[in-house]
Amino acid sequence: MPLALLKRALLGSRVKDRQFIWPGDLKKSYDVVIIGGGGHGLAAAYYLAKNHGITDVAVLERGYVGGGNTARNTAIIRSNYLTPEGVRFYDESVRLFQDLSFELDINLMYSQRGHCTLAHTDAAIRTMRWRAEVNKHLGVNSELVLRDDLAKQVPLLDMSEDVRLPILGALFHPPGSIARHDAVAWGYGGLASHRGVEIHQRTEVTGIEVEDGKVTAVQTNRGRVACGRVLQAVAGNSSEVARMAGIRLPITSIPLQACVSQPLKPFLDPIIVSGSLHVYVSQTPRGELVMGGSTDPYPLYQTRSTLEFKEELMMHLLELFPFLSEVKLLRQWAGTADMTPDFSPVMGETPIRNYYIDAGWGTWGFKATPVSGKRMAETVATGKVPDLIEGFRLSRFTEFDLVGEKGAASVGH
Amino acid sequence: MSTRLPEPAGRLIDRTRTVAFTFDGRSYEGFEGDTIASALYANGVRVLSRSFKYHRPRGVFTMAGRDANTLVQVGPEPSVLADRRPITSGLAVTAQNVFGRAERDFGAALDKLGRFMPAGFYYKAFFKPKGSWAYWERVLRRMAGLGTVDVHTPHGPFDKQYLFADVAVIGAGPAGIAAAVAAAKAGAEVLLIDENPYLGGALAWGREDPDGSRLRALEASVAAYPTLSVMTDTVCNGWFEDNWLALIRENRLSKLRARAVVMAAGCDGQPAVFRNNDLPGVMLGSAAQRLIRLYGVKPGSRAVIVTSGAEGYEVALDLRDAGVEIACLADLRQDPPAAPGDTHFPVIAGAAVRAAVPGRGGAGVGGAEVARLSADGRLGTSIDRFACDLIVTTVGHHPAAQLLCQTGARLRYDDDAQMFRVAGLPETVFAAGSVDGIFGLESTIADGTRAGSAAAAAIGLDAKSSERPQSAPAGEGAPWPIFPHAEGKDFIDFDEDLQVKDILSSYAEGYDGIELVKRFSTVGMGPSQGRHSALTAARILSRAAGTTVDGAGVTTVRPPVGPEKIGHLAGRAFQPVRLTAMHHRHVALAARMMPAGAWMRPAYYGTPGDRDAAIHAEVMAVRENVGLIDVSTLGGIDIRGPEAAEFMNRFYTFAYLKQPVGRARYVLATDIGGVIIDDGVACRFGDEHFYVTTTTSTSDSVYRQMLWYNAQWRLKVDIANVTAAYAAVNIAGPKSRDVLAAIAADVDLSADACPYMGVREGLVAGLPARLLRVGFVGELGYEIHVPASCGEALWDALMEAGAAHGIRPFGVEAQRLLRLEKGHIIIGQDTDGLTFPDEAGMGWAVSVKKPYFVGARSVAIQRARPPQRLLVGFEMAKDDPLPEECHLVVRDDTITGRVTSVALSPVLGKIVGLAYVAPDQAEEGTAISIKLTDGRLVTARVVKPPFYDPEGDRQAL
Ligand SMILES: Cc1cc2nc3c(=O)[nH]c(=O)nc-3n(C[C@H](O)[C@H](O)[C@H](O)COP(=O)(O)OP(=O)(O)OC[C@H]3O[C@@H](n4cnc5c(N)ncnc54)[C@H](O)[C@@H]3O)c2cc1C
Repeated sequence: MPLALLKRALLGSRVKDRQFIWPGDLKKSYDVVIIGGGGHGLAAAYYLAKNHGITDVAVLERGYVGGGNTARNTAIIRSNYLTPEGVRFYDESVRLFQDLSFELDINLMYSQRGHCTLAHTDAAIRTMRWRAEVNKHLGVNSELVLRDDLAKQVPLLDMSEDVRLPILGALFHPPGSIARHDAVAWGYGGLASHRGVEIHQRTEVTGIEVEDGKVTAVQTNRGRVACGRVLQAVAGNSSEVARMAGIRLPITSIPLQACVSQPLKPFLDPIIVSGSLHVYVSQTPRGELVMGGSTDPYPLYQTRSTLEFKEELMMHLLELFPFLSEVKLLRQWAGTADMTPDFSPVMGETPIRNYYIDAGWGTWGFKATPVSGKRMAETVATGKVPDLIEGFRLSRFTEFDLVGEKGAASVGH
Repeated sequence: MSTRLPEPAGRLIDRTRTVAFTFDGRSYEGFEGDTIASALYANGVRVLSRSFKYHRPRGVFTMAGRDANTLVQVGPEPSVLADRRPITSGLAVTAQNVFGRAERDFGAALDKLGRFMPAGFYYKAFFKPKGSWAYWERVLRRMAGLGTVDVHTPHGPFDKQYLFADVAVIGAGPAGIAAAVAAAKAGAEVLLIDENPYLGGALAWGREDPDGSRLRALEASVAAYPTLSVMTDTVCNGWFEDNWLALIRENRLSKLRARAVVMAAGCDGQPAVFRNNDLPGVMLGSAAQRLIRLYGVKPGSRAVIVTSGAEGYEVALDLRDAGVEIACLADLRQDPPAAPGDTHFPVIAGAAVRAAVPGRGGAGVGGAEVARLSADGRLGTSIDRFACDLIVTTVGHHPAAQLLCQTGARLRYDDDAQMFRVAGLPETVFAAGSVDGIFGLESTIADGTRAGSAAAAAIGLDAKSSERPQSAPAGEGAPWPIFPHAEGKDFIDFDEDLQVKDILSSYAEGYDGIELVKRFSTVGMGPSQGRHSALTAARILSRAAGTTVDGAGVTTVRPPVGPEKIGHLAGRAFQPVRLTAMHHRHVALAARMMPAGAWMRPAYYGTPGDRDAAIHAEVMAVRENVGLIDVSTLGGIDIRGPEAAEFMNRFYTFAYLKQPVGRARYVLATDIGGVIIDDGVACRFGDEHFYVTTTTSTSDSVYRQMLWYNAQWRLKVDIANVTAAYAAVNIAGPKSRDVLAAIAADVDLSADACPYMGVREGLVAGLPARLLRVGFVGELGYEIHVPASCGEALWDALMEAGAAHGIRPFGVEAQRLLRLEKGHIIIGQDTDGLTFPDEAGMGWAVSVKKPYFVGARSVAIQRARPPQRLLVGFEMAKDDPLPEECHLVVRDDTITGRVTSVALSPVLGKIVGLAYVAPDQAEEGTAISIKLTDGRLVTARVVKPPFYDPEGDRQAL
């Protein structure tokens, strides 16, 4: 029995143990307004307060904290990307994640499982080798594993040759992990609120005021709030909010679905991804299989579930693990992915002065919560964009200086 | 089987047929028609499972397949609802999540540790000091999870079906039957669906129809309409956009498209919250009635009943009729109206059960503590103790509105009915009966008729509308049937072992709304998805937060409604594979087949053991004599019409307006970002007719893009994807003309009449053919396209005619090597998702003179700035270590590019390849470093492709 539980049982909980401190009314003005109380907005708020001593901050969230994509994602964390920019960036996030439970004083159930992206065609083998080589070159642990070794490593996989797409090998990435996504938002939000950041739930930004090319205030369903600086971190709603500031983003919003099985005794350790079969699966510490695939076939601002999604996904899942047909699905849901043309995020400055953006997180942004929070806080606080995220600037799309991550991000989020 | 009641109790069981099965290794007998739970109950087995966290004993609660207490493992199938699954002979049932057996679970010690495991306890502990979580995670993972997966489970015979109906009615209780009949009467084709094996819903097990005559009448009304079909034993598991319903019956998933839907799925009885309210023997009134009427099982010998309305009295009478002694009926109301009829049992008004007392060695009910309620609903201190083995509760309902909520409807709390009601239905969806708060047989039937007529009217049929009827008082619920106990074990969520204090502490810690409380405490996240906890949680939260129950609210409902197997969704796993017309010839020639897009193609001809030798021989055949490859998988698109050339000019980067008839021209397509997406050749067979090829995997997407663009351009062209209509081969090698000439007598194949990049139509071996003189592999060669039905005949004719010239079929592997020697790129291998034409050395295929093509603007911007990388050829000595594709090109410690293609060329006697490099490395003769998998660096020299026959003499022969 861990000491922490004994103590709590004997002493009861105290104010200090309270996860959140909620503010009263909205003030008339703040130094920094963060639009969006998802993991990214809350992390940025936390680092603004902790690393830069900026606490006159309001996080405005139209629903409840962490209730957007942060609540809906499948919590895969990895850094086996394709471009040097991507690998370095996500690698810093993985490192931050490894000690984050201590930093935030909440058990994120960060669980290092190993991430295994299957290749069923020789084209996929080439891409996996490419990723492995770039990863290793930058000090990230990844290896291309061929058929026979893979069969030993993940003996549950169906390695038959007489199937439509036999498994030829995999990119194996030992640092690949899963975590309790909600706890990340609560950890950041909670500590930010203890440091004086005001988190206003059920507060929707409906307009943005710009004067002389500089942001001055935001309008909300609870009134106008003047501000010195704004950070937009609204994931699936990025284009709409940016439009309020007069900024057009090269982003398409597409539903992304996922589902979960009833809890089962542990049998699957690694995270298994197959791009060719459009499926990925991991087993949570609670025993549920968390499963997802690629985005829906068309853009939509709606988070409805579809039957087709499940049918496709389960058909392909059984190709990998034919013994799962008697297992039962518990729940399915959807979020909205803000997809960029190059499958990389958008971070940094915008044409509007003092208006900073954190968007384009598509299907891959949960894992970036710590690093984007930290680096965006730095950007907002110092007005300077750190080298690590320079490559992800908004202007890259007009400069044709893209950070192509499609080969590493289209299914394995 | 002493607890079986005489008939007419037990309408579902056939007492003439006994069925033997086992539970936790012991043998039992039941009757045909029994569920696992009813048969075990009849055998005196009360404990069916152990709870998720504390391993508390759990048993029958709803007897309707609506709770997680009855989840058991049946053979390889985890989490089977024991109160729904019929027993069959020899069925082997085991308890889940137990260390031992359901009856004796060593995990039960955890129950004593409950105080150390409040809601969200795992967020607070197990991670200090660093590294400890790895240990605790292993422990906790083993504790978590319910059923087990047997990795040898075979994939069962699942399948799928499409269904259509004018009106679908979900739920065949009195409301659903009335709705179905009303809709059928109005002329609709109706499908009536129920999860039970019988019609009638609550009428089949309730007290409203003592002689069964009402049910028989309803059944007869259903049978009277040939346009009304019935599916029983069928769960409607999801509503999706446009009334697309997922129905599950046995191993089949039926997908039903209905024009209108009536949901009459009833409601779920709600638990009363008191200490030990989860003990086996505490159950809903409806569960006791189901045991009696459906299965002829006596629920206990002495009962305490707690109720908030008339329903509890009916249950009491049923129990008494079944021979159960009524110890007491506690009525939560201070002034209940006079009890119906001759009760003859003790009624205590204004009282509640404050605790169940464990009996049966802790695994069942031994008694009940009944306490008086003060006027403000609080429990008094004076307690009456009753010995009993059954506690039955009827304290309110929650609508079974999952499907309705999936349509976007919301649940609003109705303070009069003390129940959530449905609001905001879409136009073609209707609710009827108790799911919408209408109780009482007559009212329910009237409401069903109303809804069925409204559904018929909604799809344009002539049906009379009527007013919504008044609900009978039968459904009265208590506003606060929650009696927290100082010592806890007052469960509000059985699945997750949550108690009253868990909701309170979650709120106190700052989880200030129902969504956050749910996520933190996990209330409602278990297999029963909040059916029995959502209402209680909303109530407790409303008091804690000082809001109304409506203000506290419920969380979003997501599909599926009930458990559905992965196999149901997967079905037969139909995965279409495209085979070319010559496929069986390849197989006969021992080809090693490989997937290529949707197709299968020969990789090479031979066994894996001789792979390299086979490829070598195929390559040499093409270079020295003649080879034959099946290229049917290339996409083929016919563009016809007066503006065909203009269309080509806009869609592809090259110039096509002046392309002469009878000539082929290379095509390159870019997307709006200027990135290369496809290549092929365009053959002009007439002024108004182009035939374009695409790469194997892009034919569908390119065709789609063409239609998409022309929907905007509106050019006068007809675009047809004829990929499947043609079979094609490429015959290549110095002797290809000789072979072809022998069987294509009427086509002049001379270099003058049919030069390189010339195209002709004519007869080949008597088959109508399109002849393309193109040269991917760098030798004299012809692509021959014939109707797919002629593919095999063409193949045979060429093989026969070529025999004397040493013809050899070759596969994709040899072709890759041949084209690499020739320096031709493969889209998708030598290009990636960001490659601009200039980077890949394809700038020559971009026309700068024309005003527009898809991607022109991006290509122009790109051209105006210095390139960032270039694709170059490189070579290495024969004995150098052979790099692999996607090995990196590095300089100092920077990645400057990667190898895209590489091979040891048997003809050239050296290693040749293509690679991206930094622009300043692209100069011929530059030494580049390639990093191998093991980290070694090898040096290669940049050269200008083609590596083979740079002047192109051989293909121009
Ligand atoms: C099904 C699914 C699976 C995924 N799986 C993974 C995965 O495995 N790994 C991974 O790394 N990523 C994954 N992702 C992506 C990841 O979830 C997101 O990229 C990430 O959560 C983005 O975080 P965020 O804080 O920016 O956005 P969110 O959590 O969506 O937060 C944005 C917030 O902004 C609020 N908001 C919007 N508009 C306004 C407004 N006008 N005013 C005020 N507030 C507003 C929203 O209510 C929301 O709470 C997945 C996504 C989905 C949908």
